[in-house]
Amino acid sequence: MKHKTFFWFFLPTALAMFLFIALPLTSIVSQSLHTPHDAVLIVVESCDPFGCKSETTIDHQASQQIKKDKPQGKWVGFQIYTDRNHLAFKEVGELWENKTNFIDFFSSLKNLPFYRAMGFTLTYTAVVTPLVILFGFIIALAVNSLHRHLKGFMVFFSLLPMIVTPLIGSLILFWMIDARGIIGSGLQELFADPMLSLKASTNLTWITLIVYGVWHSAPFAFIVFYAGLQTVPQETIEAAMIDGATRFQQTIHVIVPHLSPLVAFVALIQLMDNFRVFEPIVGFSASAHATSLSWIIWNDIGQEIRLLSSAATTSVLTIIGVVILLMPVLIRTWREFNPEK
Amino acid sequence: MFLRKIATVVAITTLTSSAWAGCGIAEGRVSIVGNEFPAIQTIGAGAMECAGGGVTVETNLTADHQKINLPGMTGNPAEFTSAIVANSSIVALMNNDVIRPLNDLVAKHGQGLQKSQLVTIDGNIMGIAFMANAQHLTYRSDVLKDLGIAVPTTYEEMLAAAEKIANYNLMQYPLGGAYASGWNLAEEFVNMYIGHGGEFFKPGTAEIAVNNQHGVDALNMMKALSAYMNPDFLTHDSNATSAEWKAGNVALMNMWGSRIGALRGDEVDAAVVAATATAGPMTVGGGTTPASTLWWDGFTVAKNISDADAEATFMALMHAIRPDMLNETTSPQAVWLIDGYEPTPAAAGVFAAAAMGTKPYPMLPYAGLMHSAAGAELVDFMQGKETAEEALAGLEAAYTTAATEKGYL
Repeated sequence: MKHKTFFWFFLPTALAMFLFIALPLTSIVSQSLHTPHDAVLIVVESCDPFGCKSETTIDHQASQQIKKDKPQGKWVGFQIYTDRNHLAFKEVGELWENKTNFIDFFSSLKNLPFYRAMGFTLTYTAVVTPLVILFGFIIALAVNSLHRHLKGFMVFFSLLPMIVTPLIGSLILFWMIDARGIIGSGLQELFADPMLSLKASTNLTWITLIVYGVWHSAPFAFIVFYAGLQTVPQETIEAAMIDGATRFQQTIHVIVPHLSPLVAFVALIQLMDNFRVFEPIVGFSASAHATSLSWIIWNDIGQEIRLLSSAATTSVLTIIGVVILLMPVLIRTWREFNPEK
Repeated sequence: MFLRKIATVVAITTLTSSAWAGCGIAEGRVSIVGNEFPAIQTIGAGAMECAGGGVTVETNLTADHQKINLPGMTGNPAEFTSAIVANSSIVALMNNDVIRPLNDLVAKHGQGLQKSQLVTIDGNIMGIAFMANAQHLTYRSDVLKDLGIAVPTTYEEMLAAAEKIANYNLMQYPLGGAYASGWNLAEEFVNMYIGHGGEFFKPGTAEIAVNNQHGVDALNMMKALSAYMNPDFLTHDSNATSAEWKAGNVALMNMWGSRIGALRGDEVDAAVVAATATAGPMTVGGGTTPASTLWWDGFTVAKNISDADAEATFMALMHAIRPDMLNETTSPQAVWLIDGYEPTPAAAGVFAAAAMGTKPYPMLPYAGLMHSAAGAELVDFMQGKETAEEALAGLEAAYTTAATEKGYL
């Protein structure tokens, strides 16, 4: 492609990336380095239906001029990054010094919101991503071997979990796994334990969220692998058959290597998605047991407290986390496309 | 909290007839955001009656109102000309200076108002309260009668009653409670801490002070109560708790006055409806202050709108809370602060709460930060993973960090 053609071809994308990625990024980085100005508090008489009393409130006239001079807020550098509700350098240092052993250290880290969220997020990502790839592959193989009249219907059927909006999907399951719901009471029967509740224990909540994550994302891996299966060269398969390869050997030695670039692609997207896990935590009301960085952002800005600097900081930390997580896959992709280097 | 009810009612009425005679508004834009429960819906519908001619009235009533009211009032002109708020949520709007003093509008159009309805900060009327609310005891009269249990007046008696009901195998989990992690759990802590006589902040400062014996006692009582609740209590908000009640699974609970009417809905078993009774809030730990908080709901008017729109908004809402809006349907919906309101049986609990000297929820600029920190930090204690002292230390640390960021410390 000529440079000029490429330029005009790429311009809309570049413009959109600048507007919707670069600008917001600059904005959140800047926001994370500033906090609101110190509030000027005054005590005034306040009356409501329950009587009058002296109450502290914010003096807006006094704070107006400061806000006008510095609308960005107060520059605090990396103070928010290192405070207790984020990376908590001081608190982690203290825990490290007072630790009796490593297990103790890691379990006390869970009291700090950032590390608590990371604990769940990383577990979720590490378990869900490979399972999604595995199940997606198995479903793709199964659907591909069906009679062609059944295929269309089964493809649609297998995609259903992904079509359902995550929040709605998790809400439906939330009620089904309730101790009085169909799955919840079914499990109680199965394990002969009338006290069994998936929502009351942290471990079971984590398992529920992970099962939900696999259920929701497997169709994505499935459809990618299914498309890949249509491109498997029949000659190679036939050659393998003539050589006496079993079905299993064909899968392992022909199909899997053929699909391996797709595995990298699915892993890339899934790592990114799973690291940002959010909807199921809200849908399953699971915040007592599991939180994620995205959930922290939502919690900070979703309520009347509006901790914007805190939310911006967590957003930057999420981006850094995604970059670190994707590094191996990115390096691998880079090497594949630049083999001579 | 978020999922309490995702129901947004947006209705735009643009009738072409001339201005509604009952409101007397010439023209203007009225856009109201507020919570979603029957009493607020009545207010919204009342304001809608003023639409017509040059007046447009729009309401957006949703459980998520606190997430959208501040952003929707920050712009200039503001999207919402009015937010219906409570004593906790008016603080966020005042902190950000997005609502206007109503002194002149009250002088011009507020003849029907009683002085107690005016929410006044430093001489400025910032809101008009129209209803009161509080959490109080709700009990099943049939269950208590069968077992010869007196109606509890303290949380200690509630525990004893729960044990008795459970021992007789009448109910597996006799207590209900909106203990969902987040806002609800924090609200129960606020109640219980006030009931034990605690103060949240060092006097005159934004420094938190909850890690004390009152805090420990409050948490231990919550833990003791939770043993008689459905094990999923950390996911149960007011809606889920009400559902448990309606299903007849629960005999005693601390519930909002504004939700009692719905407990007697048509879909509920007649026996449960007949036995649903209310009493005042309970005390705890030998204290005399009830372990509950008093709330008002009222309306505000946005700052960043034209004076004409502000006047139209005020008049439309004054129309909505006019004394003759009270009738058989609307009266039981809330404890109205409107002139001429006659208390209904559903209001008994809230009146008892007021009579017992229940404290109002603190209207401090930083109370929301404390509430939010409590909602996240107390869950480990409720699950038995932390001691009460550890949980309270976590709450203090989380609050202090957030308050520092917001510039209160």
